[in-house]
Amino acid sequence: MKILVAVKRVIDYNVQVRVKEDGTGVVTDNVKMSTNPPDDNAVEEAVKIKESGKAKEIVAITIGEEKAQETVRKALAVGADRGIHVKVEGIVEPLAVSKILQKIVDKEKPDLVFMGKQAIDDDCNQTGQMLAALLGWPQATFASKINVKDSALEVTREVDEGLETIEVNIPAIVTCDLRLNEPRYASLPNIMKAKKKPLEQINASDLGVDTKARIEQIKVEEPPKRKAGIKVANVSELVQKLKNEAKVI
Amino acid sequence: MSVLLIAEHNNKELKPFTYNAVSAASKIDEDLHILVLGNKSETVAKSASEIPNVKKVIHVDNEIYENFIAENYTSAIIKHADTYSHIVCSANTFGKNLMPRIAALLDTSQVSDIIKVISADTFLRPIYAGNAFATVKSNDKKKCITIRPTSFEPAPATGGSAEIVKSEAGEAFKNSKFVKREEIKSDRPELGTARIVISGGRGMQNSENFKLISAIADKLNAAIGASRAAVDAGYITNDHQVGQTGKVVVPDLYIAVGISGAIQHLAGMKESKIIVAINKDGEAPIFSVADYGLEADLFEALPQFLEELNKLNTIQK
Repeated sequence: MKILVAVKRVIDYNVQVRVKEDGTGVVTDNVKMSTNPPDDNAVEEAVKIKESGKAKEIVAITIGEEKAQETVRKALAVGADRGIHVKVEGIVEPLAVSKILQKIVDKEKPDLVFMGKQAIDDDCNQTGQMLAALLGWPQATFASKINVKDSALEVTREVDEGLETIEVNIPAIVTCDLRLNEPRYASLPNIMKAKKKPLEQINASDLGVDTKARIEQIKVEEPPKRKAGIKVANVSELVQKLKNEAKVI
Repeated sequence: MSVLLIAEHNNKELKPFTYNAVSAASKIDEDLHILVLGNKSETVAKSASEIPNVKKVIHVDNEIYENFIAENYTSAIIKHADTYSHIVCSANTFGKNLMPRIAALLDTSQVSDIIKVISADTFLRPIYAGNAFATVKSNDKKKCITIRPTSFEPAPATGGSAEIVKSEAGEAFKNSKFVKREEIKSDRPELGTARIVISGGRGMQNSENFKLISAIADKLNAAIGASRAAVDAGYITNDHQVGQTGKVVVPDLYIAVGISGAIQHLAGMKESKIIVAINKDGEAPIFSVADYGLEADLFEALPQFLEELNKLNTIQK
């Protein structure tokens, strides 16, 4: 079995994001970037499946500017076998990303495609579902547990009401929740080895996918700020404030 | 222009967030139709027809819709898509799972998780865990939109009498199968819609200690929330998680106990009307969004809190 794992380079989850003064976006210059957190879970799960003997090859793919390939190198360092970097500048909307992935799936013919359920930059939560639709494959979104069977996956999904289990036939798309596993760290020797693993670069334009934005970003602004609150001295003051000032209890 | 809203329900009743989505959808256009896909779901279609803002209910009843499988829903929705300018649903796990599958087949770039309708093609949505708000304009002919339910008031449930039109099921998808659902039953208000939410974080130390939170939740008729750290540590189940990848809540009162206030948690609660933080670390980021901060050991503060509440003559429910 072959697994394709898609990873995205985003502003690191610990960075306090700042909005640009001209309203065109957020500050990304000199800001720490890393792999989108649930994409790390997707890579980890693929590696675990390979370690269990149920998968033969893991291909990591990213789509973005030159530096995006760092995320593929990271995936290679924790166990992916080879990488693909589809080069494209600027914002690529999930619809275009899924069309690019569709082209790669047509070529690579993986049995499974894994990715994070949501990117923490645009918070869209679309790509996996869109790719599944374009391919006509089943989708197992928000996965927190995956059980690989002969020709199917049993996937536990995190839904608002609790947990839901579905079975999807292979080939399938899985989008991963942060609770799926604990991503491992790459060891230094493995980081060195990863540099020798093959990483193919493809220009998005050569795939014949139109990546032009369909959604115009008119402006990006700071959310309204909360008024500074106060510290209360003790519990009885807190309860009095809630009762008599805020009038919420 | 007309809008098609996909109803979320359990074959007996509409899920509460459908009413919030109705409010948002009717701001896009007044010609609002609801599509109910279910199995033995007549009561759901009837409830949908009673929402005053709804002009028409399309009801598709078939056993393939007994459980919500996005693949099955999609084929039915696509059949109706032609006549609508907008297809919308809630941005909860139901809509997040479903809408992109529809959008891709309609070759539409979806607008996710809107918090304001500016015009029929322009919307406000949070990005970067709510640390920025983006105003976006969709240039696609047909628009697929998910709505953050807590950003809109629920529409009234009764007073309307829209016509109910029966329609045929779409093609069943063979490669996905529902196995089981583990719903956590609770007598407490639902987290997403509760007036008061009290949440525990890693500071709770174990699941046993969440009893301190439940006792106060009982007293205040509050829902119980949790940070991701508390869920990951196994103190409480995932359906309680508040945050960027959990639930977004906007209660009148949010009480954060032993929660440091990571960006990802703040994304799920910082629009709450009143925020209380109880934490022994006075430097914890949660205090920066709290209206009332109490720097204290939660194991002392929570029992005192309950005691003080017990002293009150009346408590709003």
